[in-house]
Amino acid sequence: MSEQMRPEQIQITIDQQSITVAAGSTVAVAIALAGLNCRTSVTGEPRGPLCAMGICFECRATVNGIAHSRTCQLLCEPAMDIRTQ
Amino acid sequence: MTTQSHLAHRFQTLIVGSGPAGIAAATCAAEAGHRVGIIDDNPNPGGQIWRSLRGQSTPDTSHGDGASEWYRRLTATSATRLQGWSVFDQPEAGIVRAERQGGTVHLHYDNLIIATGARERFLPFPGWTLPNVMGVGAIQAMVKGGLPVAGKRIVLAGSGPLLLAVAATLRAAEAIVVCICEQASLRQLAPFALGLAADPAKIMQGLRYKAATLDVPFHTSAWPVEADGDGILRSVTILHHGEKQQISCDYLACGFHLVPNTELAAMLGCRIEADNVAVDELQRTSISNIFCAGEPTGIGGLELSLIEGQIAGLAGAGQDKEARLLLDKKRRASHFADRLAAAFALRSELKELPQETTLVCRCEDVPYGSLKQHHSWRAAKLHTRCGMGPCQGRICGTATHFLLGWNADSVRPPLLPVRIASLASLEAPLNSATSNTQETP
Repeated sequence: MSEQMRPEQIQITIDQQSITVAAGSTVAVAIALAGLNCRTSVTGEPRGPLCAMGICFECRATVNGIAHSRTCQLLCEPAMDIRTQ
Repeated sequence: MTTQSHLAHRFQTLIVGSGPAGIAAATCAAEAGHRVGIIDDNPNPGGQIWRSLRGQSTPDTSHGDGASEWYRRLTATSATRLQGWSVFDQPEAGIVRAERQGGTVHLHYDNLIIATGARERFLPFPGWTLPNVMGVGAIQAMVKGGLPVAGKRIVLAGSGPLLLAVAATLRAAEAIVVCICEQASLRQLAPFALGLAADPAKIMQGLRYKAATLDVPFHTSAWPVEADGDGILRSVTILHHGEKQQISCDYLACGFHLVPNTELAAMLGCRIEADNVAVDELQRTSISNIFCAGEPTGIGGLELSLIEGQIAGLAGAGQDKEARLLLDKKRRASHFADRLAAAFALRSELKELPQETTLVCRCEDVPYGSLKQHHSWRAAKLHTRCGMGPCQGRICGTATHFLLGWNADSVRPPLLPVRIASLASLEAPLNSATSNTQETP
């Protein structure tokens, strides 16, 4: 990857913790960088992204109040409120 | 533009999917004078192969594979670009509805071009549900989406040319690619490798990948049999020429080649043949005003997708003569697709990967043991809820098709879980929102 200036940083909230991420990061990446899993499965397993292209729904979380959002398809925006499921 | 919950647009040609096939189709239809819309559920155009890099809203043009030129041509047209929207149903012929965070749009079309691409085939094995076990294309998408992997140990496994391409991306991102495990045997791959040498453009591609991955061990006849960890991946056990080897790693990227995304075509009633959308030589499906281009008609790679996209765009705009000029090129590119399928055909040993307790349906956590006592997808679905979660069987249905030979049901709307408000959405007046500018979420 080419050398670039330090990317613009934005503030988001994941599970009520304030997190700083590079602008343009996907929400799925932000959740991973926060050390969290996107969701807990029906039998209690931790889950993260499998396909990362909007097919599998393993990365779903509640984003700005909308449940089951595919976080791999969403870019972080300032003040975004993300809740893992 | 003001935010309205329900917008409507009318197009002579509407393209679903803004990967290479969709971009080529939209460009050709618009250049032929059609009023064109192109809609896609990713935040930015490019599909998977040209997926944008973090912080950029344009396709990844760093590979010299035509992305730059095609995107320039597309943006020079007046095509309306809708990114971040997922098509979910067709309330009546000639209208599809799409949703994105907080809104619904009605799209009227005279011609529809389906360019929905492909997804990875995932096969279940013990531990495959652990966080940090993901697809090969998936880790590439995550890296492009901002995931730092410098110094991370990554094992690439599965099957297909994507393994080498992604190894190159990961190396460029300073990851430690521990090894690449290709399930196909060297004997099976040889004709494909020789075939590549007959095509200069592909030799260049092959060389570039080879150079970038020079230090990465490339194992053939090798595949993962188990992933281990304590809530997160710690290691993977590989079977290589019959011998087991445990490798510690931070990520296991594993995908067994690609399968076409045919759900939209199937929902609209287009004929599906041997898992692909059936089309005539001008990419017309069994429904005369619906065309299909790229991977949904059969996995064929970038070059064939671009050609099929151009043909569909031209034919949809009534330029059959110009479209036919591309048929020779299409025929040649199709030979490559045939060799691809033969080279990366899956070995039957992979059917032995899941154990009784291995989850196959990840949405409903259904283990293989309770699935295989049923004789069909329908029966398994009714008794175990397999395939009834949000992915609607796209992951487990593809796996059981390979493992048990089951065929999925017919596809019913909505194509993906949508909010009740979207299902109930009524149409706004047609003049409420039309724009040539790109709309992003």
